[in-house]
Amino acid sequence: MSAMSDTALQASPAGKARGYWATVARRIRRDKVSMACAIILLLIFASALLAPWLHLADPYQGSMIRRLRHIGTPGYPLGTDELGRDMLARLIYGGRLSLVIGILPVIFAFVIGTSLGLVAGYVGGKLNTAIMRTVDVFYAFPSVLLAIAISGALGAGITNSIVSLTIVFVPQITRVAESVTTGVRNMDFVEAARASGAGPFTIMRVHMLGNVLGPIFVYATGLISVSMILAAGLSFLGLGTKPPEPEWGLMLNTLRTAIYVNPWVAALPGAMIFAVSICFNLLSDGMRSAMDIRN
Amino acid sequence: MLAYTSRRIVYVIPIVLSVALVCFLLVHITPGDPLVAVLPADASQELAAQLRTAYGFDRPLPVQFGLWLWRAIHGDLGNSIATGRPVLSEVMRAVGNTVMLAIAAAMIGFTLGLLFGLIAGYFRDTWVDKVATSIAIAGVSLPHYWLGMVLVIIFSVQLNWLPAVGAGPGGSGAWAWDWEHLRYLVLPAITTSVIPMGIVTRTVRALTGDILSQDFVEALRAKGLRETEVFRHVIKNAAPTALAVMGLQLGYMLGGSILIETVFSWPGSGLLLNSAIFQRDLPLLQGTILVLALFFVLLNLLVDIAQAAIDPRIKRS
Repeated sequence: MSAMSDTALQASPAGKARGYWATVARRIRRDKVSMACAIILLLIFASALLAPWLHLADPYQGSMIRRLRHIGTPGYPLGTDELGRDMLARLIYGGRLSLVIGILPVIFAFVIGTSLGLVAGYVGGKLNTAIMRTVDVFYAFPSVLLAIAISGALGAGITNSIVSLTIVFVPQITRVAESVTTGVRNMDFVEAARASGAGPFTIMRVHMLGNVLGPIFVYATGLISVSMILAAGLSFLGLGTKPPEPEWGLMLNTLRTAIYVNPWVAALPGAMIFAVSICFNLLSDGMRSAMDIRN
Repeated sequence: MLAYTSRRIVYVIPIVLSVALVCFLLVHITPGDPLVAVLPADASQELAAQLRTAYGFDRPLPVQFGLWLWRAIHGDLGNSIATGRPVLSEVMRAVGNTVMLAIAAAMIGFTLGLLFGLIAGYFRDTWVDKVATSIAIAGVSLPHYWLGMVLVIIFSVQLNWLPAVGAGPGGSGAWAWDWEHLRYLVLPAITTSVIPMGIVTRTVRALTGDILSQDFVEALRAKGLRETEVFRHVIKNAAPTALAVMGLQLGYMLGGSILIETVFSWPGSGLLLNSAIFQRDLPLLQGTILVLALFFVLLNLLVDIAQAAIDPRIKRS
């Protein structure tokens, strides 16, 4: 027993100390669920990105005599849609637009919201009040209603759908960023940086950003799940992508009429949205426990 | 309590005014003139100018907002362009159906969410917990409009048990509390309940876990209390936060019903919003959003007050 503790004592200072992010990465790699989600997402992303090189059928080429073929029809592994277009090709090509319109708003909101929250949390005072009260106004709307209200007012289109979802997510990320920053700003190392003469911009960028980014990033990853559902939902309503562009939400909408003829083909695009959404949610949960963040 | 309530109400006034401002501005962020929707494409310049004056669009924006707000306070949200009827009565009639749907969904979602959450939190890290957590995460990740479609495929198309769309036989619109009508509510309510079920499960599970790890639970057990008694304390401590989350979810169901109402052609505020958007019926769009947002603000206020009523600690903070 004493020999063991002796070696432990000797080994610990000699062994390389593992950094925080290395520990987090190692924990995530050990988490089977997170890794499975990461692999599924990677496959979906890679196939969307490499779609033109995968020898797929033309996703725009319809055929009146081959409409609504069942799943497993020779030559059409996932059947055909209401205009006779190959479903497998459309689902894979659909990933391109669906992922872009689902993820871009969160990236934009992440940049804007983190900056706003960091400034509000660090500077405090009147500026904090001004930013956070403005954010409160957007919290007075349920997020689906706000997204649809802005999209509906701006009119249909991909750009408008991205703009409206960004507006919906900025306040949410700002709130998280502000509360994390407020928690960090009074810590000793920030005080030390200030005492050594660092200006507010340097303190925020060099000393605080690294400490607040983790929790905000985890939150934003979870938001992608919501964003995917809402972005596809806007297209489903006819407020996002326009036909004949392959996009999961729009495909779900145009296939709605086919549920009496070929129901399971009609349900396929939704399964893709669900898969991406649940993987991002599980990944966010995995990162949260790896970073040991409490809500 | 009275002081707290009145303070909360005072806080809400600027929020209500800002919400009204956002709703008012919605019409003015639309590309082009708000009149585009009303005017025929070949209308003359004089006619356009005449209508602009008639609708007050020629005045400065702050004046327009003031007038609009003044009329809105008096219950006049203008007339729908599509039907010509007052916006307020159109919205109120539709909101009734949405409230019915939301309450039915809340009964399903909250009951299951509380049940799953308490069980998962109490038996943390067991297989029961894993099953409940998986159901919850699937619930919050499901595109609910897709779930609606899948339920229609299973229960309407394949099994032919329940109707796929509408809110009553023959589409008459008259509601009655019998099975002939209630069967139309089943699928939309289940679809709506999935997200709140997931969120309530996750919240209650985390709450229960937190409370059980606190010292006072140890003290209760050391005192010799039975587990059922301990459990009563857990519920009492979890109630305020759980209530707040459920209130918020009810608000989301009321305001975010557009996708599900579109899938099921349920004649509520969401379907009204949908038609307002696609007919470019701007007064109706503005009015529906204003009413729904005010409902949401009001609901949040009520939740805050109710929370303080059952948890005296909140009043002091």
